[in-house]
Amino acid sequence: MRKVKVYITLKEGVLDPQGKAVQNSLESLEFGGVKDVRVGKYMELMVENSEDIDAKIDQMCDKLLANPVIENYSYTIEEVV
Amino acid sequence: MPSMLEISPEQIEQDRLYSEMGLSDDEFQSIKKILGRRPNYTETGLFSVMWSEHCSYKNSKPLLSKFPTEGPEVLQGPGEGAGIIDIGDEQAVVFKVESHNHPSAVEPYQGAATGVGGILRDVFSMGARPVALLNSLRFGSLERPRVKYLFEEVVRGIAGYGNCVGVPTVGGEVQFDDAYNGNPLVNAMCVGLIDHKDIQKGIAAGVGNTVMYVGAKTGRDGIHGATFASEELSEASEEKRPSVQVGDPFMEKLLIEACLDVIHHDALVGIQDMGAAGLTSSASEMASKAGTGMKMNLDLIPQREENMTAYEMMLSESQERMLLVVEKGREEEIANVFRKYNLEAVAVGEVTDNQRFTLEHKGEIVADVPVDNLAEDAPVYHQPSRVPDYYKEFQTMDDYMPEIEDHKETLHQLLKQPTIASKQWVYDQYDSMVQANTVFAPGSDAAVIRVRGTEKALAMTTDCNSRYLYVDPEVGGQIAVAEAARNISCSGGRPLGITDGLNFGSPENPEIFWQMEKSVDGMSEACRILSTPVISGNVSLYNESFGGQAIYPTPIVGMVGLIEKLEHITPSHFQEAGDLIYMIGETKAEFGGSELQGLLEGRHFGKAPAIDLNTEMIRQNQVRTAIQKGLVQSAHDLAEGGLGVALAESLFANGLGCDVNVSGDATTALFSESQTRFLLTVKPENQDDFETLIRGAKQIGTVTNDGTYRIVSENETVVEEEAAALQTSWEGAIPCLVKSKA
Amino acid sequence: MKFAVVVFPGSNCDRDMYHAAKDALGAEADLVWYKEADLSGYDAILLPGGFSYGDYLRSGAIGATSPVIEQIRKAAEEGKPVLGVCNGFQVLLEMGLLPGAMLKNEKLKFMCHFENLVVENAETMFTNQYEAKEVINIPIAHGEGNYYCDEATYETLQAKNQIAFTYETNPNGSVGDIAGITNEQGNVLGMMPHPERAVEALLGSEDGLRLFQSILTHWRNTHAINA
Repeated sequence: MRKVKVYITLKEGVLDPQGKAVQNSLESLEFGGVKDVRVGKYMELMVENSEDIDAKIDQMCDKLLANPVIENYSYTIEEVV
Repeated sequence: MPSMLEISPEQIEQDRLYSEMGLSDDEFQSIKKILGRRPNYTETGLFSVMWSEHCSYKNSKPLLSKFPTEGPEVLQGPGEGAGIIDIGDEQAVVFKVESHNHPSAVEPYQGAATGVGGILRDVFSMGARPVALLNSLRFGSLERPRVKYLFEEVVRGIAGYGNCVGVPTVGGEVQFDDAYNGNPLVNAMCVGLIDHKDIQKGIAAGVGNTVMYVGAKTGRDGIHGATFASEELSEASEEKRPSVQVGDPFMEKLLIEACLDVIHHDALVGIQDMGAAGLTSSASEMASKAGTGMKMNLDLIPQREENMTAYEMMLSESQERMLLVVEKGREEEIANVFRKYNLEAVAVGEVTDNQRFTLEHKGEIVADVPVDNLAEDAPVYHQPSRVPDYYKEFQTMDDYMPEIEDHKETLHQLLKQPTIASKQWVYDQYDSMVQANTVFAPGSDAAVIRVRGTEKALAMTTDCNSRYLYVDPEVGGQIAVAEAARNISCSGGRPLGITDGLNFGSPENPEIFWQMEKSVDGMSEACRILSTPVISGNVSLYNESFGGQAIYPTPIVGMVGLIEKLEHITPSHFQEAGDLIYMIGETKAEFGGSELQGLLEGRHFGKAPAIDLNTEMIRQNQVRTAIQKGLVQSAHDLAEGGLGVALAESLFANGLGCDVNVSGDATTALFSESQTRFLLTVKPENQDDFETLIRGAKQIGTVTNDGTYRIVSENETVVEEEAAALQTSWEGAIPCLVKSKA
Repeated sequence: MKFAVVVFPGSNCDRDMYHAAKDALGAEADLVWYKEADLSGYDAILLPGGFSYGDYLRSGAIGATSPVIEQIRKAAEEGKPVLGVCNGFQVLLEMGLLPGAMLKNEKLKFMCHFENLVVENAETMFTNQYEAKEVINIPIAHGEGNYYCDEATYETLQAKNQIAFTYETNPNGSVGDIAGITNEQGNVLGMMPHPERAVEALLGSEDGLRLFQSILTHWRNTHAINA
């Protein structure tokens, strides 16, 4: 079994009003020096291991987990004992 | 903490562990007597939730019995999921209000969202399609960061849930007062429509029939929610956060459609939602109502988490769950109905003939108690009551008379008071139009939705001016009902009945109990005279917070009225320049509990405005008759801020102006909150007919198209201001308060 | 003419759409549950608003993976009118029948009120009963209606007259004030505002009715020619 951690972020250039709101909030709490905030999604999948696990995860991301028009994705695969 | 299973009955008694669950010593002794032995941990848990105020009304029962609950059109009074009133043509309206104050104080988004979810289930479990939601909200001062947070999150939670399930949120009210700084009120009301033949009951009839469980799996969320709701808020409540349930509106939407399908299946015997006290209350109430017993195997309960104990499963308040009783041998037919919606219906038990509530878990009997004792025999307390000193003092005070130099400025200030100001910021976040029946969305005196396929419409409102109830609970209770009826009548409807959401402090405080008694007396009297029986309701006590500050007595009145013909639907704002403005009712210098008093003095005191309920009834009938004869262009009741505010609010929607002439003291004429007053507009060609019909109506001015708000008193201009400027004050106040960084 | 209203789990404007087609327009219409759908016998496909699959993951994303989607794609390829409103628009974007994607509203809040729309293209099978540049009043009700596409796509949309409606005053941050777009062929329309809520004066506006009348007019014209 593998634990797949998928990170989905908005593409550069796509406006992220949520990130903006968080940044403004941080400022109002007087945390200085925060230049930018981008809010994304994080998912954990428990997947049976296979030789083509990378290709499978790529397909999952392309077809459903991320929307390629606005989002990028990356992932890590960890062994679960 | 030791495993629950290891705690022995002896230990529960010795260490008084029952008191942590909210049971008193006496109550524990009663349970021992009922069982003829000590209850085990699970059984103690069952009794503690079923005997909590939230489920048993043990402190409020003696008061609730005062309400008139019957009427020729009442098909179902209090006792089921929601009440039902006939609206003709074999159709009926189903409605109920429920509070979610404590959960919302701790986790406002989920607290409010699950409040909406719960009240929806109460209505569709009766077999009715939910057609409208209303929310009655109370918050403290928006200048406080915590209050601002609660306000924003509660609104977002209501929107998040209501919008998703596709039931329009059409109305309600939002009021602000320091009395709610530590304890907000979130009361949600749902209105449903039903054909008489589809009315369901939550009964477990037919020995041998199968008990089925549908909906979300059971987790550990919300354990002891009902007990939590019956305690005062304290610092420790923050730590009880895991108690708050998480809602899944998507699951709810599937449940609505599936349940409205399954009620047409003849294998269905009974259906009830799992609300407060979850599986325990739904199962035991269904059996108790049918005079049967029930045996369930907890191994069969769909579980979201591993290693759940019987206690946890029975007390879980996981959301979006329903309990069904179906004819034995036909379980698969019922399961198929739910399968269509990707829901699983699972058999978990059977109806028995021994009037016992028996639970089996992992091959052992973990609870076996008499079901009626559990569901019906909670102790009833007659709490002592005492007239508070503040009230005695208020009654002896001289009438309060505000002094105002600049009426225009005062009008601006009043329009900016959050309680009066436009709530567009709130309502815009609610889908008020889904189902395509909404004639008047939020912001009108009463919301109006048409009944598709008929010439009828339903008017609905929630009302409760708790400042009047604080200064005089009895008069305030009368006013709350009368004002709700006034709103219905102004929209062209006949009030049918009410649901009450009684929110008070601790009943164990004699002065609070006195407030409860008097409020209920006042409301009952008004319900009798205005022919609006109480068909359902909810009691939320212990609304006190950090340091024992109780809220204002806030018995919310949710009222539904019937508009016989679509052409009778009447807006609250002015329609056309040239229309004549009439006022019905007398204006006296009555400022106790008024918005103006709060604005000028920062507190409320003195006597509440007087009300004569018979006059109220007569005037409402007159207004309705005039509307039905087609003589009325608009009708608005005079409420917070008096005539001055009502006139301003009437101009905004259509960009109109007004020329109005008043007599006597200008401050009284403009801002007094005397009751039983109406502001109507009439086309000039209907003047004679209208004046003949309502002899007491007094023409006070005309609607103009110059966009100016003009009031003259005794030949002197008291206020002359651009309506647009007033509108800016009214519309800008809440967005400004929300945005400002505290 | 026969309309199919495809009902997904979580759709909540399905009945409103049905009533608009059946009662207001006077056409034949069926509610078709997504599992049991056979769309071959219908002349037009309506994808209603709501929260299909709770809008979990992304609005419309899971709806766009359900089996009925292939039938919708086929209907679109055959040139049948396919209208997606609100969540229906989001589904059309997620399934790639229309270009672009939806973001959260700029102000991060759900909003529900009437908006003025400008009819940018009155030549489509959905808009032939409007005048070009006519301003119509139709309600919006969404939390994620902030239409996004890259610049190249926006230029293509403009060049090929695919922008059907724009907002007179942009409520949600959409690129180019876009309220509704069609595919290149012009037989698939996605729009955030709800025409099905604006088909009766009693409820505030009748401006949406002409959208349904446009579909019917187009169908009559093409079928008259074929006959």
